[in-house]
Amino acid sequence: MSIVIIGTGMAGYSLAREIRKADAEVQLVMITADNGYSYPKPALSNALIQGKQPEQIISADAATMAERLNTVIHTHTKVTAVDSNAHSVETDTAGVISYDQLVLATGARPIRLPFKGNAADDLLSVNDIEEYTAFRASLEDAERIAIIGPGLIGCEFANDLAASGRSVTVIGPDPHPISTLLPEQAGKALQRGLSEIGIEWKLGTVAESINKADRGYELTLANGDKVQADVMLSAIGLKPELTLAEKIGLKTERGIVTDRFLATSQPDIYALGDCAEVEGKNLPYVMPLMIGARALAKTLTGTPTEVIYPVMPVVIKTPAHPIVVASAPREAKGEWEINATAKGTKCCFKSADGTVLGFALTGDAVEEKAALLKVM
Amino acid sequence: MKKYKCIVCDFIYDEAVGIPDEGIPAGTKWEDIPEDWECPDCGTSKDDFEMVEI
Repeated sequence: MSIVIIGTGMAGYSLAREIRKADAEVQLVMITADNGYSYPKPALSNALIQGKQPEQIISADAATMAERLNTVIHTHTKVTAVDSNAHSVETDTAGVISYDQLVLATGARPIRLPFKGNAADDLLSVNDIEEYTAFRASLEDAERIAIIGPGLIGCEFANDLAASGRSVTVIGPDPHPISTLLPEQAGKALQRGLSEIGIEWKLGTVAESINKADRGYELTLANGDKVQADVMLSAIGLKPELTLAEKIGLKTERGIVTDRFLATSQPDIYALGDCAEVEGKNLPYVMPLMIGARALAKTLTGTPTEVIYPVMPVVIKTPAHPIVVASAPREAKGEWEINATAKGTKCCFKSADGTVLGFALTGDAVEEKAALLKVM
Repeated sequence: MKKYKCIVCDFIYDEAVGIPDEGIPAGTKWEDIPEDWECPDCGTSKDDFEMVEI
């Protein structure tokens, strides 16, 4: 019996840990294109406030993880093909590896938009420890940071960079920050909170071109404004990494399509984490990943277990104005009920009969999370 | 009384406060929290990602 996991991000390593809790003996092989460092990705967007250097975010290297998990880890290794009939994967450095069960935990990649100008390629994005290390190096002498994308990751980085003394401008077409998750009042409250620590906003417009300037860069926006920056970060969202899944011929939509057992469209192949779309939901957050890892570990070790998601609030790390949001199901019908005070905003998405279907809490109102979860 | 922080999401467990909403009374020592307890903010297991003492 052999389980092969492709990917050593939080999904891959969490799954391996859960498998080891259930079965100390089953053969476990992990394959990763990077160096296999184990680290919590959410820690990248608040490391400055925490006073952490990039290397302090890493909890263990691949060799340590291999020993701890009693597994073989092939680092700097790419899967070049999967033969689902023969139950084997072909790699560029480790030959052909056979599996009884295969798990794709390939994660997601930042979405990149094309920009005009002679410095468009200098726009950074950060989704792993290597990119973060390069980003931190670029910050050494940087005072002015432009962030393209006023979403969750953009706002977390903006808060971290502004709190560490840099001047930050956030650019994006949205009417208010984190507009995909937050109702207007909550988004505006966040915007005010972040403005108070000096963050500037260029919303309702987009960057069109990025050019080198005498010092640093100049971004020209669609509304004609210009933003000067020493470092530029693109944070406009993530898209599931589907290259391998498509090569194998797995069914994909936004992510790799799976059922409640995380099984893909082909036998004995599973998908977990940011790359997976579980019954129509692609949820690139830690809690769904942990819940998925626990269920899948049971399934792979002989006890088929469905993934059942409870209400999973997302905690957004913007200490200048903290946010907790639990989105209502996409098809849910209801209205926002807003209670705003100077210190926080409580937004409840309620059905016609008054049932709470979702919420967004900001500032001091985040304290009400537990009470709201109880009535949902 | 000590405080512990989840290294994944920065949730802070304060022994003095506990998590009464989850049935963990104020004053509960970290060692006395069940092994199958999960971080209320991110779902990380107690034993997977060590909370760091702060």
